[in-house]
Amino acid sequence: MKVIILGCGRLGAHLAQILDQQNHHVTIVDRNSDSFNRLGPDFRGASVLGVGIDEDVLRRAGIENADAFIAATNGDNTNAMAAEIAQMVFHVPKVIARLYDPAREEIFRALGIIETVCPTVMSANKITELLNGKK
Amino acid sequence: MYVVIVGGGKVGYYLAKQLLQEGREILVIEKDRKKDEALVAELGEISLRGDGTETWVMEKAGVARADIVVAVTGDDEDNLMICQMAKAKFNVKRTIARINNPKNERIFKLLGIDITVSTTDLILAQIEREIPTHSLVHLMTLREAGAAIIEARVPDESPAIGKTMQDLNLPDDFVMSLIIRDGKGIVPHGGTAFQRGDEVVAVTTLEHEHLLEQVLNGNSKNMEGA
Repeated sequence: MKVIILGCGRLGAHLAQILDQQNHHVTIVDRNSDSFNRLGPDFRGASVLGVGIDEDVLRRAGIENADAFIAATNGDNTNAMAAEIAQMVFHVPKVIARLYDPAREEIFRALGIIETVCPTVMSANKITELLNGKK
Repeated sequence: MYVVIVGGGKVGYYLAKQLLQEGREILVIEKDRKKDEALVAELGEISLRGDGTETWVMEKAGVARADIVVAVTGDDEDNLMICQMAKAKFNVKRTIARINNPKNERIFKLLGIDITVSTTDLILAQIEREIPTHSLVHLMTLREAGAAIIEARVPDESPAIGKTMQDLNLPDDFVMSLIIRDGKGIVPHGGTAFQRGDEVVAVTTLEHEHLLEQVLNGNSKNMEGA
């Protein structure tokens, strides 16, 4: 599978390494070249420098032939917009955006244009589970 | 009419000032403390400090009863988020967004943002107006209606000089609606002939907008409908 990951932070870089190990074809995009250091020496995928809400940058990353697009920058608004471009303009089959803000995540889940993941809600659920003694 | 403006930079400030002078009820949402304080000092208690892309800030601003939400921050992704949330969560009828990268216009339109204003495009249009080799100026593009209003000047060596509207044999969905000659507007009819230096305004479908340039600059061999 050809996967584009936007944002080479903790989540983006970690995800890139996992998918690369699973022999997926990974391209990671970030506006800061230093962040590519997180990928480590074993990463075999490609990295593209640029802003993820710019169609030209996404084209350079090969979005026209991508099977999946994951927006994982630390900005919810950037992730939502980049994912919407991937979905609406480039018709990428699988588009997922990480949104920290539960309120925004709820709205975008209801809109149904893109798939969303909210780490805040997931962490809160897990923590309450642990507090309440569930496994 | 209640207008919520998100972004209290220069665009937001002058917009707020103008709307206040027109007696409109407005509120500016600005997250920067200094800008927020400057707005209050200049224009009165019309500013709310907060991140306009947060739902609770939008609730506090009473976005649900806003007739129009205008997103004029310096970031396209923030402006898109503001307009999408205003529509999806607060059922705001009209949203207007400022766009910095003209290429982003497409995604805003695809997502149903009513009006987009691209500063870059406005300046480009102004440059097109000043440079004679690039003779076509877009006055207005109505993408949903698939139509545009365009303007061009008749060049000195134009093959259209002396020809009438009828001679040009244009398709029905391309209408020459106005000729500006020596500073005066003329509504042309079939027998009106073009003169050197005429400014021509045409209403056309997007499909046929290239005809104006073809007719005025020559290469009319692949003119459709002729």
